[in-house]
Amino acid sequence: MIAILDYEAGNQTSVRRALEGLGIPAAITRNPEELGAATGVIFPGVGAAGQAMGMLQRTGMDAVLRTLIADGKPLLGVCLGCQIMLERSEENNTPTLGIEKGICRRFDPALKDEEGQPIIIPHMGWNSLQAKQKSTLLEGIHPAAEFYFVHSYYTEPAPELVIATTTHGVEFCSIYGREGFWAVQFHPEKSGAAGLRLLRNFYTYTETR
Amino acid sequence: MLSKRIIPCLDVRNGKLTKGVKFQGNVDIGDPVETARRYYEEGADEIVFYDITASAEERGIFLDVVERVAEAIAIPFSVGGGIASVADMRAVLVAGAEKVSINSAAVKTPELISNGAEAFGSQAIVVGMDVKQVPPTAAIPSGYEIVIHGGRTHMGIDAIAWAKRCEELGAGELCVNSIDADGTKAGYELTLTRTIADGVRIPVIASGGAGSPQHMYEALTQGHASAALIASIVHYGEYTIPVIKEYLAGKGCKVRPVTG
Repeated sequence: MIAILDYEAGNQTSVRRALEGLGIPAAITRNPEELGAATGVIFPGVGAAGQAMGMLQRTGMDAVLRTLIADGKPLLGVCLGCQIMLERSEENNTPTLGIEKGICRRFDPALKDEEGQPIIIPHMGWNSLQAKQKSTLLEGIHPAAEFYFVHSYYTEPAPELVIATTTHGVEFCSIYGREGFWAVQFHPEKSGAAGLRLLRNFYTYTETR
Repeated sequence: MLSKRIIPCLDVRNGKLTKGVKFQGNVDIGDPVETARRYYEEGADEIVFYDITASAEERGIFLDVVERVAEAIAIPFSVGGGIASVADMRAVLVAGAEKVSINSAAVKTPELISNGAEAFGSQAIVVGMDVKQVPPTAAIPSGYEIVIHGGRTHMGIDAIAWAKRCEELGAGELCVNSIDADGTKAGYELTLTRTIADGVRIPVIASGGAGSPQHMYEALTQGHASAALIASIVHYGEYTIPVIKEYLAGKGCKVRPVTG
């Protein structure tokens, strides 16, 4: 079973629906025993870093998340969940979980796209990935596949953790992590067949590792 | 680089997909959930639903459709029609929509945009604007006026100024519908689309007038739109989304590949 960490993130229901549509058993929970019993955990998130950190601290889910990661539980962070696993966000200069080194930067409004037009912020819509490393998460996914993004900040983790990048005025990290610990900036639950394949890849990893 | 988005628009009445037909009122043309699923599988990038009745008693039927759509498709979709409060917005977002689209309610109560953006984030708030061309005046210097009630009521507001105001209030996206072009199948209103797209930093969805993939190409290139809304050209099988995307890609317009 996949557990979706419940801290009232806006997209947690969409993640559960996507998993159920794939026939993958899933539950939204903040019960530490249920989280511990799951084969893998998805850490969702949308919205502002400060609010999300406040919610994690109020619900005690920050400590639970640290324990799960320390125990080697397979984890997939999504969107804001991807961002706040780093040390700090430029969004109101918010200290974040610090599970990995790195910070989260705001897209510079002065950036231009490939046509010389000022970039639109938030980066919202479908965009492709440039794979930097082979990853279990991307198995069977066409290199030209696109994913659905909605964000104004992007992650800057340690270079050796960067699995894929995406370009929106600047080449930024769109997947980072290592085997069993992954973070994706886009929304796989809203990225059509490619996103569903990525979720299935995560589930298969948790079941067979 | 972001792909240009192709967005089919579905009108829903009493839980049924419907189409306005001149002098005959509305004719039911299918099941919205099944139609949404088909467009999703064909490669639509997003879907828009409008509840065209939005009376209190039909609201429940519509929310049930929204929930079933959320289970059926794994792409973003937005919901409009009859949304006049933050509570209305919350109801459709909780039911599974990513975005809400507000139109006449935003014209009457602009704070609805900022209140919605504050509660759910700008990315969740689309402002739909119906626009009609008029002789330029001091109040309407661009010659494009905001109208409501399908064009019957002129609001005395310049469309370009309104677009900028919506952006300042926190709208995440604008859907610009030309009442003059709507239903003509003669092409989008390109001057209007481009003027608004160039006047704001948020994405603009072109709406009204699509009769062919070439019209969509024009809106996405000359019109500077980020997305093109389509309705009848796909509802009646004249074109399919894969055919449209192949056409656009062939002309060098970046679209999301249908498979993969």
